[in-house]
Amino acid sequence: MNGDGVLRKRVIPCLDVTAGRVVKGVRFVDLTDEGDPVELAARYAAGGADEICFLDITASSDNRDTMLDVVRRTARNVFVPLSVGGGVRSVADMRATLRAGADKVVINTAALADPALIDRCAAAFGRQCVVLAIDAKRRGDGWEVYSHGGRTGTGRDAVAWAAAGAGRGAGELLVTSMDRDGTYEGYDLELLRAIKAAVTVPVIASGGAGSIEHCVQALNGAEADAVLAASIFHRDEISLTSLKTGLAAAGIAVRL
Amino acid sequence: MTRLAVIDHGAGNLVSVARGLEQNGAAVEVVTAPGGLTGCDGVVLPGVGTTRAAMERLASQGLIAPLRDWEGPLLGICVGLQLFFDTSAEDDTACLGLIGGHVARLDAAPLLPHIGWNDVTLAPDPLFAGLGSSTLFYFVHSYAPVPTKPGDAIAWSDYGERFAAAARSGNRVGVQFHPERSGSAGLTVLANFIAECERGRRAA
Repeated sequence: MNGDGVLRKRVIPCLDVTAGRVVKGVRFVDLTDEGDPVELAARYAAGGADEICFLDITASSDNRDTMLDVVRRTARNVFVPLSVGGGVRSVADMRATLRAGADKVVINTAALADPALIDRCAAAFGRQCVVLAIDAKRRGDGWEVYSHGGRTGTGRDAVAWAAAGAGRGAGELLVTSMDRDGTYEGYDLELLRAIKAAVTVPVIASGGAGSIEHCVQALNGAEADAVLAASIFHRDEISLTSLKTGLAAAGIAVRL
Repeated sequence: MTRLAVIDHGAGNLVSVARGLEQNGAAVEVVTAPGGLTGCDGVVLPGVGTTRAAMERLASQGLIAPLRDWEGPLLGICVGLQLFFDTSAEDDTACLGLIGGHVARLDAAPLLPHIGWNDVTLAPDPLFAGLGSSTLFYFVHSYAPVPTKPGDAIAWSDYGERFAAAARSGNRVGVQFHPERSGSAGLTVLANFIAECERGRRAA
């Protein structure tokens, strides 16, 4: 089990949080309630999650305190890494999120409006704790970046934005295919390959996981460094244990 | 009860480190000034962030000399460990000089930062009691220490190149990985440090 000397590929359950509850939609809409974030995070950590991701999908300033409280309560009892995002607009927001117990902070919309935010966050806390989330939707031969939780097209090319973000100091990219989100149709492997080819930081695949095979494709075929999923875990369609065992059986180095 | 001072130099992974120590039965005091070290059984220097920001903050808090003078058990975590050495290549920063050596970028790494769970080979050291000769820990970093005395390295990992994943010189010990984020193996490391502080307290 140990001693392979290889950085393990990661499996990351993602909890989309609004008003203190976990929700999940399809293609970013039609949200359903999936439970209490602190309880779910503890369950996933016990089940073998390599990391846990919280995204505040309302991201209004009113909601920030609720979210930080969720992070604080989770960080007290969960001893695996926590990435937290949603509504982070400044170095001060990032500091508050880290102080609440996050290990990494995910930024998205604010970085699109002000790309230098990435530089400032990396300078303040080190690039290793700055995760740039990119919500991408297919357009012609490429992908367009969306902001504001997938509500607003930005006209930016996702691959160019990934390269620019990594260049400015994002230590990791969380790449979500909006076309696949919540559909169980599999990750957008072409998107992942295009972004992997453009950057030298770790890439987390997101959007579309419906089977173990989809995760194998993202990690092996598209060489993603981690797979993030929500629906399949919340609804117990695939347990973390069975997913990781399946990945190991496919020859992928994971932490069992 | 073992009393530990956790140094708050601003950007630290403070909450999770403090919580991991409390989980193992220690009383934790978050310290921002030299007086906070008085009467504690051990000191923990956490760290997420950049070496330079951490050193500047420690300087403004007046904590550099007290940390250099501290003779009891001292645990550094991630950037906290890097601060132990003489210099860091990250922004060319002068560090605390508690252990001879420097901090270098992992230039042979396939991707940086090195993020995730990796194997760590462990030397027999009280910090690793009960963990066997190898286990997985969680890393998030781009730099790692290079002790001048090879014997000061007490754990190694491999990411494009072999690097020191932990170091010790007497009571000063540190880990490049995040025990507070490495599940049960990490909590064991924190418990072992608390036990070391407890032994020091009884001997005193």
